[in-house]
Amino acid sequence: MMTITAHPTTTRPAYTPARAMKKIVILGATSGIALEVQRQLAHQGRELLLVARSPQRLAEIQADLAIRGARQVLTCSADLASIQQHAGIFEFVQRTFADFDTVLLAYGSMHDQKDSETSVDVLLEQLTVNFVSATAILTLFASDLERRRTGCLAAITSVAGDRGRRSNYVYGSAKGALSLFLQGLRSRLHPAGVRVITIKPGPVQTPMTDHLANSARFADPEQVARDIVHALERRSPDVLYTPKIWRYIMGAVQQIPENIFKRLSF
Amino acid sequence: MSGQSAAKLRKQSAVPPPTERILSWGRYPKIAHQRVHKPAWNDQVPEIFNAAAPGALLPYGLGRSYGDSCLNAGRELIDCRRLNRILDFDASTGMIRCESGVSLSDIIDVFLPKGWFLPVTPGTRFVTVGGAIANDVHGKNHHCAGTFGAHVRQIGLHRSNDGLVICSSRENPDMLGATIGGLGLTGVIAWADIQLKPVAGPWIDAESIPFQSLNAFLDLSRESNDRFEYTVAWLDCFAGKNPRGIFFRGNHSPSHGAEFHPKRGPKLPFALPAWMLNRYSVKAFNTVYYKIHAASKGVAVVPYDSFFYPLDSIRQWNLLYGRQGFLQYQCVIPDTNLEAFEELLDRIARSGMGSFLGVLKQFGSAPAAGMLSFPRPGLTIALDFAMRGERTLRLMQSLDEIVQKSGGALYPAKDARMSSALFESSFPHWRSFVPYIDPKMSSSFWRRVTGAQ
Repeated sequence: MMTITAHPTTTRPAYTPARAMKKIVILGATSGIALEVQRQLAHQGRELLLVARSPQRLAEIQADLAIRGARQVLTCSADLASIQQHAGIFEFVQRTFADFDTVLLAYGSMHDQKDSETSVDVLLEQLTVNFVSATAILTLFASDLERRRTGCLAAITSVAGDRGRRSNYVYGSAKGALSLFLQGLRSRLHPAGVRVITIKPGPVQTPMTDHLANSARFADPEQVARDIVHALERRSPDVLYTPKIWRYIMGAVQQIPENIFKRLSF
Repeated sequence: MSGQSAAKLRKQSAVPPPTERILSWGRYPKIAHQRVHKPAWNDQVPEIFNAAAPGALLPYGLGRSYGDSCLNAGRELIDCRRLNRILDFDASTGMIRCESGVSLSDIIDVFLPKGWFLPVTPGTRFVTVGGAIANDVHGKNHHCAGTFGAHVRQIGLHRSNDGLVICSSRENPDMLGATIGGLGLTGVIAWADIQLKPVAGPWIDAESIPFQSLNAFLDLSRESNDRFEYTVAWLDCFAGKNPRGIFFRGNHSPSHGAEFHPKRGPKLPFALPAWMLNRYSVKAFNTVYYKIHAASKGVAVVPYDSFFYPLDSIRQWNLLYGRQGFLQYQCVIPDTNLEAFEELLDRIARSGMGSFLGVLKQFGSAPAAGMLSFPRPGLTIALDFAMRGERTLRLMQSLDEIVQKSGGALYPAKDARMSSALFESSFPHWRSFVPYIDPKMSSSFWRRVTGAQ
């Protein structure tokens, strides 16, 4: 069943980044979206420093990314949720990867909303992981880039942070707070020429969302990663919605008057 | 990044997950699964085993098996697609170690630019390494390279009762033989070592030759098998005992040529209405297809993907057969029993139900790599039949009788309906495979053909 024709040779468009991105630090390298982003960066021959908890898992992706074309893959095993470990992480990055130019914060934690309503432990854990620890580690990296007057800080928040919803407001408020933090940070770092990108994915098919209803219809992480890599290597936008349709959906959702919104159960 | 207490709480309040519907490539049978696990890391597989009841699980890859061998009706699947990391590569020998969810497509993308290609490839690149091993798939080079399993040097196998078992020709060779072609029933493959083969580039020196009888096909096949690494034929199955067809043969081209990146083809967006495929439209397609190829016969340098994967250029082509899905019939009939093969072709032609995807290949005589491997010396033919209820099943039963009488076999990866008796005669030694089945594993296919619970 093969068609023997002339040579349908196609060539990929030459790769032309608008911004020098060579050395990328990934915080939360074993998260579902980060895994896809790293693959694409490896394919482009970038240098990566991966931070995540499990040394075993880090070793697996380190091997994979090196084979797929990454120029260099360093790993740092640490728990980003534990703020006490941040200084050690930052010190490791400065020692081994000093001239990094891009930081992508990709970790997060989502629990069943009902658990956060009944357990203060779960509530605080959600806020700590998604907001407190994220702002703490970003502050370390921000000051370094500001001093060097270069680079890009990107963090994955969520469309869930654009409006507090009955079904997911704890996760949403932590991510929304992180988006606000990034907004201020962007303004602070702008004079230094450091870019800050707020990445707001819609629901994506990753281990974090497998337990949700309809997860089979969520966005493909490969497509989301493509959007993220594209944004990292360009000068705009400041706020990335991915897939793009979420910019319009959330634009509409934000217009609904509170008096009506409070009656909606989604 | 979740804390201990929160993780515990989440487990306690786990809601029963929704009923998940996963279809095989033929989109028949349509069944539901109780749950689909999606481990992202090999270290999560033992937890899944521990929580499962006996016979509850079956690994699942890209779902390119046509029937029910990749399904586990009413029970659970382990979707291995996130286990997709390449763990090691030796650039001097071409040996790779990869996890079971790595697709053959991925291997080509990563290693062809480095000068290495798959030792054996089936007609689609969208299968996982785990699936290629579990079905011991074959390709156009079976006559000289054997099956995919023949190039698997070592497997790390998750077993529910004894952890990670290393299987190679030295360690647990029986378990290696059971896992190759073992339909996913021996455990979950954590990783496998596969010997790639060196190639000059992405190009194939290909030749297509029209033929007008079964004997002409056999002559071409005999003559070509020494000189060509890849041989296969397309067959117009409306022509009966003396079918016309196009014989394709090829070798990896020594020319380096230009760099080549396959295009992403169009995608069939939804299932076509069933009436669009009928004996007239298919006959017309076959005639046009034959005429085009007969007119353009000869030698050409073609990219590897149009030579190996012509159907991959239309994504979701399985939707062509309508909402009811389709059945593929792939059997092998011993070389010594050509009359049976002619009878089979005659029966298909007279039914008027054949399709345009008739593929014919003469298998080589390499010993089987696995205990339940399908390929064996003889002629193999693969045909699609749109599912039209009883009459489709009746036709296939009548083909079964011919296959069984001839001493042939049916391919489990393509099957959704063969009888226990035909399975027994196709794989007379299947009972010696049973001790290697992992106690937590089972499949719809296995229960159907063996009566296991």
